Amino acid sequence: MTVLLVLLGGAVGAPSRYLLDRWVQSRHASTFPWGTFTVNVAGSLVLGLVAGGVAGSDGPAWLLSVLGTGFCGALTTFSTFSFETIRLVEEAATRVAVAGLVLSVAAGLAGCAAGWSLGSALVG
Amino acid sequence: MSADHDLPVDPDVDVHDPVAGWDVLAVVAAGGALGSLARWGLGELAGSAPTGFPWATLTENVSGSLALGVLMVLVVEVRPASRYLRPFAGVGLLGGWTTFSTYALDTRTLLASDRVATAVLYVGGTLVLGLLGCLAGLRVTRRVVR
Repeated sequence: MTVLLVLLGGAVGAPSRYLLDRWVQSRHASTFPWGTFTVNVAGSLVLGLVAGGVAGSDGPAWLLSVLGTGFCGALTTFSTFSFETIRLVEEAATRVAVAGLVLSVAAGLAGCAAGWSLGSALVG
Repeated sequence: MSADHDLPVDPDVDVHDPVAGWDVLAVVAAGGALGSLARWGLGELAGSAPTGFPWATLTENVSGSLALGVLMVLVVEVRPASRYLRPFAGVGLLGGWTTFSTYALDTRTLLASDRVATAVLYVGGTLVLGLLGCLAGLRVTRRVVR
């Protein structure tokens, strides 16, 4: 059962990342990788929300499998984040690379923590 | 173009391309499903370490970053005409295998249990190893295929 939930979440999360990344990237002209930033922060927030909600209410674990492990896991990406950072450094856009790195980690963590607090408050 | 300027910065999306067809989205979905399942599988195998250090997520993110470095050179230099290789293996499989959300949640969990040093080690260690892995994948593969 968990296998199917993870497959389903992953099958929806990955194309969602592709489309959202593309939508964001077509709306700005800077070298900053806003597309990857957006999917990673949004996914971290939603995962925090779901995990906080499930932990706070002793909620159903299947929700975490499909939305957390599957959907948010595939909506977010670390490989693209690494690749873009390295490529920006290679293209001598080091400041953009460092800004992307620091902002992504800070906003991802803050989003996840805020999501958790909100999730556990909503069910509590 | 110089040697280093052969690859795009964004490995997933080129906004100059026409919107991907349903076949490409389906291939991304299939790769994402398989990558996610493999990520879940490794997490299950690893269990939770007695130290609470998220080894499985770290392994997934570092290996996926290295593999994307290798893959992108292969896609651009060896198989530029392939319609499905990059969407399936890059956007789907490796995007599904690696995760930023669990990286954030792991860190929140460590911080919430006052394990600040472990959290800092995890955040920094994943970044350093992921970036070095990706760089190594890129550089070694460029050498091999040229």
